[in-house]
Amino acid sequence: MSQEITIPELGSVGLLRYSWRQLTSMRTALILLLMLGIAAIPGSIVPQRTQNPMKVSEYFKNSPDLSKWMDRFSLFDVYGSPWFSAIYILLFISLIGCVLPRTIEHFHAARALPPATPKNLDRMEHHSSWSPQGNELEIARAWFKAKRFRVLEKDGSISAEKGYMRETGNLFFHLALIFILLGISFSSLFGMRGEAILNVGERFVNTPTSYDSLQFGKLFNQSNLSDFTITVDKFVAKYNIDTNAPEDYTLNVSFAKGDLTKTEKRVIKVNSPLAFGNTNIYLQANGYSPVVTVRDSKGNVAMQGPVPFLPQDANLRSIGAIKVPDADPQIGFVGSFVPTYARSEGNGAISVFPEALDPRLLLSAWIGDLGLDTGVPQSVYRIDTSKMKQVGLKSLKPGETFTYPQGSITFEGYQQWVNLQIVNDPGKNFALLGGIVAILGLLASLFTRRRRIWIRVGKSVEVAGLAKNAAPGLEIEMAQFVAMLKGEK
Amino acid sequence: MSRNWAYLSNYLIYSSMAVYTLSFFAHAIETAWAVRVPTEDSNQNLDYKRTEKVARIATAMMILGFLLLVAGVIARGVSAGRVPWGNMYEFSITGAMAFSGAYLAALRKYDLRWLGLIVSIAVLLTLGTAVAVLYRPSAPLVPALKSTWLVIHVSAAIVSGGVFLLANAIAAAYLYLDAMESRGERTAWAKRLPSLEDLDQLSYRLVAFVFPLWTFAVIAGAIWAESAWGRYWGWDPKETWAFITWVAYAAYLHARVTIGWRGRKAAWLCLFAGSTFLFNYVYVNIWGTGKHTYSGL
Repeated sequence: MSQEITIPELGSVGLLRYSWRQLTSMRTALILLLMLGIAAIPGSIVPQRTQNPMKVSEYFKNSPDLSKWMDRFSLFDVYGSPWFSAIYILLFISLIGCVLPRTIEHFHAARALPPATPKNLDRMEHHSSWSPQGNELEIARAWFKAKRFRVLEKDGSISAEKGYMRETGNLFFHLALIFILLGISFSSLFGMRGEAILNVGERFVNTPTSYDSLQFGKLFNQSNLSDFTITVDKFVAKYNIDTNAPEDYTLNVSFAKGDLTKTEKRVIKVNSPLAFGNTNIYLQANGYSPVVTVRDSKGNVAMQGPVPFLPQDANLRSIGAIKVPDADPQIGFVGSFVPTYARSEGNGAISVFPEALDPRLLLSAWIGDLGLDTGVPQSVYRIDTSKMKQVGLKSLKPGETFTYPQGSITFEGYQQWVNLQIVNDPGKNFALLGGIVAILGLLASLFTRRRRIWIRVGKSVEVAGLAKNAAPGLEIEMAQFVAMLKGEK
Repeated sequence: MSRNWAYLSNYLIYSSMAVYTLSFFAHAIETAWAVRVPTEDSNQNLDYKRTEKVARIATAMMILGFLLLVAGVIARGVSAGRVPWGNMYEFSITGAMAFSGAYLAALRKYDLRWLGLIVSIAVLLTLGTAVAVLYRPSAPLVPALKSTWLVIHVSAAIVSGGVFLLANAIAAAYLYLDAMESRGERTAWAKRLPSLEDLDQLSYRLVAFVFPLWTFAVIAGAIWAESAWGRYWGWDPKETWAFITWVAYAAYLHARVTIGWRGRKAAWLCLFAGSTFLFNYVYVNIWGTGKHTYSGL
């Protein structure tokens, strides 16, 4: 604490207590709640690294100075940024600080009897009185019991209360929110998520090196990676002939867990992942891999096989790179694959349908240094041609060969590839449970009316009622009550 | 076969627009006539007996238009062999249906006929935009939408949206009348509108009623996202805005129940919350990026 500003009457404990009260006050919670909403907005406008890293790097390329500053404020990672985290952590502390004492209080209140009937019932709402017939208390007692009111009977009066579910539901709702947050944190600490591109026919063994990208939770133990292999047997994509839109993707796989002795045939679709334990395997994307054979000038095979290309539009015009680092000099092909070929003025080769009805492979061949040994990571779909020389340009149908001075490349055909996403999310069931409890709690709290009804029988019968939170509907209930007591019903 | 159903759906939508237009005129006449017919003893009080007939016609037209719209939406679904929620055109006609349905449902309990003019204009504008700008031929769903959750998630979201917008319209009416009253008296036609307190209560009740449904819509969406995209929450723009809407309405409910906000402040907060929903629907669907790109535009 600074020397100039002293707060003698508070002291450090007092200051702590004061801050705690401020933090857990409803007003602060409301401000934090609104801040959380507002803080979420930039993440929906500025591209985020977690969703669209390509767009982020584009942003950096287009306006490097601005991007640098935006990055300092974590605007490309809004939902993991210190300021966003600060808001929701404070909000949850405030929530806990509010909910816990209320839970204890409610726990006691729920077991206590309602407070005694006030002395002057005529000052309360819904008051009415009439001369007694004698059996009003008995009728009231039975009525309260049938309606499951909690009652306190004393000196010729009954005080009855109902609607404790309102607070119970409210507390369960807020506790469930904490539970959801715990589930999410648990997943991010102990979960894993990875992606792998596989050509049809290829086999995937679940080890870290098999993945194209892989993220572990901070406390994920790599030896926990479940043992399985998956072989891509067949992939079928169906498209609408009128709109070219995809209608169905079906992936058939052979799946073997653990010791690999038992292989099962399984089907993966977009909305039905292959699930076992906490692990799900999703079909995320697909595309074409042209199958090529590259030969050197003597006719020896330098490279052979399918090369995944990256789809660029809805008709799956795809781009990619075929790199032959073992050739001397190194050779690379910048390629474009169109499944159903057409020529358009201005754009050159385009695809007019996503199925491979008339496939073409368009290549430009480059000789020189592929730049793979520099240590700088390179995209597998692009070639850095700055140290290379173009030696030819060709459009190939399946089976055709393009011969250039240093060798040849044959377009053998094509294969389809699928992108599998493998996710281990151990906290998701906690979050789901939290979600269900939250909704039930919310329903209970918003649709339960908490109210008190009193009756006193002396020289006259007096009744009155009190609705908490000004909830509607007590008038009707009081009218029923009075009619019952008067024997009108 | 499916093409015939699609044509039928279009005819039904056009017919419902025609009927909503009639309803709009009837509401307009009612509003205008009520102003022009002062009673003999005082020209301050208005006699609604003479406009009662046209008011009934307006509501009857609204019901007929609504039924035609329901039939149109169903026919659209039959033509595609699925629920009619595959693109922005279909969201819009269903949304218009939900909005006028919410109005008619609330009408059974509260006298909201003064709102009929605004509701019929809003429905006409939505349907007009849908038919003129957003229309796409009926087509099967893309694979990601082929799920039971489409029915659950989207229906919950559309109904919530309809009720949120109705609450918004009432909150806006509150602010308008409040401004009018603070300048002096209500003008003649505005006198028949409910008291400020009633409006305030009504918009709150609508929000409180539908907030659990919206929570459910968001959670159902998360469950679906988990099975379709491999994560239940990914801060996709649509998800982010659904979250913002949820937070804004949560703040609204807390402000009312716990802090005791009423009237003007509460109405502004309600409008803010409702506008985040509208923003999500219009902006994120059409210009937004991310995984919820089903507008078909």
